[in-house]
Amino acid sequence: MVLCCSIENLHVENCARAVPLSGHVGFDSMPDQLVNKSVNHGFCFNILCVGETGLGKSTLMDTLFNTKFEGEPTQHNQPGVTLKSNTYELQESNVRLKLTMVNTVGFGDQINKEDSYKSIVEFIDAQFEAYLQEELKIKRTLHSYHDTRIHACLYFIAPTGHSLKSLDLVTMKKLDSKVNIIPIIAKSDAISKSELAKFKIKITSELVSNGVQIYQFPTDDESVAEINSTMNSHLPFAVVGSTEEVKIGNKMVKARQYPWGTVQVENENHCDFVKLREMLIRVNMEDLREQTHTRHYELYRRCKLEEMGFKDTDPDSKPFSLQETYEAKRNEFMGELQKKEEEMRQMFVQRVKEKEAELKEAEKELHEKFDRLKKLHQDEKKKLEEKKKALDDEVNTFKQKKTAAELLLNQAQQAGGSTTLKRDKERKK
Amino acid sequence: MSVPSCQLFDQTKEECGVMQSPLVDFSYVGIDAILEQMRRKAMKQGFELNIMVVGQSGLGKSTLMNTLFKSKVSRKSVLATSQEKIPKTIEIKSISHDIEEKGVRMKLTVIDTPGFGDQINNENCWQPIMKFINDQYEAYLQEEININRKKRIPDSRVHCCIYFIPPTGHCLRPLDVEFMKRLSKVVNIVPVIAKADTLTLEERDFFKKKIREELRSNGIDVYPQKEFDEDAEDRMINEKIREMIPFAVVGSDQEYQVNGRRLLGRKTKWGTIEVENIAHCEFAYLRDLLIRTHMQNIKDITSSIHYEMYRVRRLNESNTAVTQANGIPEHHLSAHEM
Repeated sequence: MVLCCSIENLHVENCARAVPLSGHVGFDSMPDQLVNKSVNHGFCFNILCVGETGLGKSTLMDTLFNTKFEGEPTQHNQPGVTLKSNTYELQESNVRLKLTMVNTVGFGDQINKEDSYKSIVEFIDAQFEAYLQEELKIKRTLHSYHDTRIHACLYFIAPTGHSLKSLDLVTMKKLDSKVNIIPIIAKSDAISKSELAKFKIKITSELVSNGVQIYQFPTDDESVAEINSTMNSHLPFAVVGSTEEVKIGNKMVKARQYPWGTVQVENENHCDFVKLREMLIRVNMEDLREQTHTRHYELYRRCKLEEMGFKDTDPDSKPFSLQETYEAKRNEFMGELQKKEEEMRQMFVQRVKEKEAELKEAEKELHEKFDRLKKLHQDEKKKLEEKKKALDDEVNTFKQKKTAAELLLNQAQQAGGSTTLKRDKERKK
Repeated sequence: MSVPSCQLFDQTKEECGVMQSPLVDFSYVGIDAILEQMRRKAMKQGFELNIMVVGQSGLGKSTLMNTLFKSKVSRKSVLATSQEKIPKTIEIKSISHDIEEKGVRMKLTVIDTPGFGDQINNENCWQPIMKFINDQYEAYLQEEININRKKRIPDSRVHCCIYFIPPTGHCLRPLDVEFMKRLSKVVNIVPVIAKADTLTLEERDFFKKKIREELRSNGIDVYPQKEFDEDAEDRMINEKIREMIPFAVVGSDQEYQVNGRRLLGRKTKWGTIEVENIAHCEFAYLRDLLIRTHMQNIKDITSSIHYEMYRVRRLNESNTAVTQANGIPEHHLSAHEM
C-alpha cells in the first residue's frame, strides 16, 4: 500500500522571511567551525611561474616563502618548453600549506618560439582535466583530492624598460582565460625609478589594447576593497628577489649588495616585493583559489562537456542525460572506431588484391615472353635442322656423284688404259 | 571542542619551511592569513542549514524549534491555522528563515512533517519522507551535472533529522525502530526524547539505556556515527555524545522569572523547569551539538557521505539502464530498498 502524500513547499528560495532572534543562539561560531575544519584538512596552493630563463623566478619564490626550494638554475639550451613542478609542505602556526610551484623550463630560449605557449596551456588544461575526471567519477573522493589546478600565474616580464615582447603578449593572451595572471617586472633593480613608471604605464596600456585579462584584486568586500584597489593601480609589480642577507643598521635584511648601494627587498621604496607578498598570500590567496574554481575551471568544464556533445536538458525532459549521453557517445565512438577499422581492413584487402593482380599480370607476361622465346628458339632450331639436312643431302649427293664418277673413271681407265699407255709411248717416240 | 583564535598579521617567528635564521626578524610569510580570508568569505556568503523534525503530533516539535533558534521559526508560528486538524496524510512543509547573529547570516529551513505517525494504519509512513529527502539529493545532483551551473548550488539537502520519541519510559515503539532504521541510511538522525519533563531522572536514565540498546541491536547508526569519526580527538568527543543519546529535551518559548533572572521555562505548580539548565533537561547539550559545535560536521557528512552514496546509486542505476538497453547483461544493481 502506498501512502499518498502532499508535499507543500512553501519555501521560496529568494524571499525567506527575516526573523529576529530573541537571545543568543550560537551559530555565530559557524565561521570558526568552518575554519577549524579547513585547518584540519590543510590547504593547497599552486603557483605557475612563466618567464624566460634567468629572470630570477626561483630566487623570487625562495624569497616569497622564506625558504630554499630545491633545484639548480637551468641551462639555456633546452629544445622546447617543459614544465617542472615541485610540491612542498609548509607550516606556519597551525596552518599547513601544500605549496606546488611549477616552473617553465626553457621558456624563451628557442630560436623559433611559436609553440612555446603550447606546453604551458596543455599543462594547465591537464590539471583541469584531472579535476574534471575526478568530479565525473562515480565513486569519488573530492574532499580528499589533492587539487593541482593552477591558482596563480606569475608572469615574469624582462626589465627592458621599453615594452612587452611579442612572446609575452602572445603567451599572456593565450593564458588569460585559463588562469589568474599576475604580471611582474623581474630584476627590477635594473631600471631606474622614472623609467619604471613609464615602463609600467606602457605595459598596462599594451595589455589593455591587446585585450589581455589580468587578475584584478577583488574590491567587493569592504574590508579589503581599499587596499586591493590601490594595489590594482600598482600592477605590474616591480620585484627584486634575494635570499642573501645584508646588515643594514643593526638588522639583517634580505638585500642585493652593489658597489653603489644596496637594494633592500622588503623596502617599499626600493621595489614592490612587499606588495606582491601582501596581495598574493596575505590578502587574496583564498580569492585566487575561488576564482580558479568558479571561473576558470567552470569555463574549461563547460567547453569540454559541450565539445563532447552534452547539452543541458530542459526542465521537463528525462533526467540524467549526462550519463546516457555519455554512454551513447561512447557507443557512437566505439561504433566509429569499428567502422574505421573495417574501412581500413577493406582498404588493406583491396590493396592486397590489386597487388596480387599486378603480380599475376607480370607473371603472365613473363610466361608469354618465355613461350615466345621458346617458339622462336624452336623455329630457329627447325630451320637449322632443315639446313643441316639440306647440307647432308648435298653431301650425300656429292658423295654419290663422287662414287659414281670414280667408278666411271675406273672403268674408263681399265678400258682405255692400254690406249692411254700406247698413246703415252707414242708420244714419247 | 576548543575553537582556535586566529591571529592576523602577528609578527611572530614562524616555523616555516627548511631554513630558520635566528637573526632575522622578518621571517613571517603570512600563510596563516588564509584563515582570516576564509572567514571573511564565509561571512559574506552566509550559511545554509536545513533541519527536518519528525514525530507524532503533540510532542512539542514546533516549540522545540522555536526554542532552539530563539525565534518563531516553526510552521505553526508562520501559518496560523484556526483549527489544528491532524492531516489525513503526511504532509511535508518546509519554511525558510533568514537569521543573523553577530554578522553571521544563516538561511535556516525547517521542514515539518505533520501527520507522521498519526494515522491508524501507519504502514510505510516513512516513504514520503524518504522520497522528500531523495528528491533534495536529486535536485542537487541535477544542478551539479549541468553544463552551465550556478556559482553556488543552492543546498536544499536535509542536513539533520530530529526524531521525537514519545516519553513512554519503556522502550522504542516498532514505528520508531522502522523509521530510524531506514532513515539513518540516508540522513543524519538525531533522536530526542520529547517532553522529558514527565520522566524522573532515574526513569530517564533507564529509558535512555533501553533506547541505546535497541538502537544497537537493530543496527541503527544515529548521529554522530561511529564510522565517520576522523581521528582520536573526534572519537573522544563523539563518544561522550554517544553516551548521552538520545537527549531528553524540554522546549519552551515562554520566559519566567527565576532567581531574579528571566529564563525560558515551563511553569508548573510544583516548580519551574528551566530549559537551559542542564540539571533539568538536556536541551543545552542538543543545542550545543547541533549549532555551536557540530553544525559544520553535520553538513559535511551530509554532503560527502550521504549525498555521495545517493549519487553513486543513481549513477549506477542509470548506467545499468543504459547497458540493459544496449543488450549487455548487467551483473550488479545495488537497489536500495525503501
